[in-house]
Amino acid sequence: MSALNEQKKQRPKFLDLTVIRLPLAGYASILHRVSGAGLFLMLPLLIWLLDLSLSSTPEHLALFESITRNILVKLVLLGLIWAFLHHFCMGLRILLIDVHVGVEKQQARSSAMAVMVVSLSLTLAFGLKLFGVY
Amino acid sequence: MSRLVVGAHYGVKDWLAQRITAVLMAIYTLVIFAAVLAGATGSHDAWRDFMAHGVVRFFTFLFIISLGYHAWVGVRDVWMDYIKPTSIRILLHVLTLLVLIGYAGWAIQIIWRL
Repeated sequence: MSALNEQKKQRPKFLDLTVIRLPLAGYASILHRVSGAGLFLMLPLLIWLLDLSLSSTPEHLALFESITRNILVKLVLLGLIWAFLHHFCMGLRILLIDVHVGVEKQQARSSAMAVMVVSLSLTLAFGLKLFGVY
Repeated sequence: MSRLVVGAHYGVKDWLAQRITAVLMAIYTLVIFAAVLAGATGSHDAWRDFMAHGVVRFFTFLFIISLGYHAWVGVRDVWMDYIKPTSIRILLHVLTLLVLIGYAGWAIQIIWRL
């Protein structure tokens, strides 16, 4: 067993992410982690906004209005909308691959592209709503 | 191929929990989105009534618990991948657990006081 471990340690490793050219699915996968981390870090903001939005105190509602009208908050929310949509779409892709749907190389490539396109398009659609375009 | 099986065997359980909580949250998201389209956020009173409904509250509670567990597994994996010194990693694990439990309590309190 120690010989096996010895062998493992000597395997050549090349993990320089700035040089490696990943397939699209690789980037989508990294973004799954990034979006999840972002959602986790911003949970207090989201729970706080939920708290204010459901409050029966007029001051809380006024605070909710003024916070969500702030342009910087809107940009953060736009980022969170993308993070949620990417995490959601990529999560569906992972679940499908778990049940052996879309495992083939070409399908996996297409589904990674679909995740990027769908999540970015929906971010645009919700973003326009967020900024009051429609 | 022979391989050395090590660890506390929580991997499979968490892997499965990650999937179950994901499916639950995905369905909840779609239902909430449909409700918003149907006018659940049309006014402040409509929003409060919607979230105070027994069935919605039941599933919101499940969503909160799912989110907490899902985030715990995901964030813990991130710490396990990048933080090598054991003491710092365990400290981050504990802090993650504590904030997630706190968030869950806060969120449940929000929907339960309605």
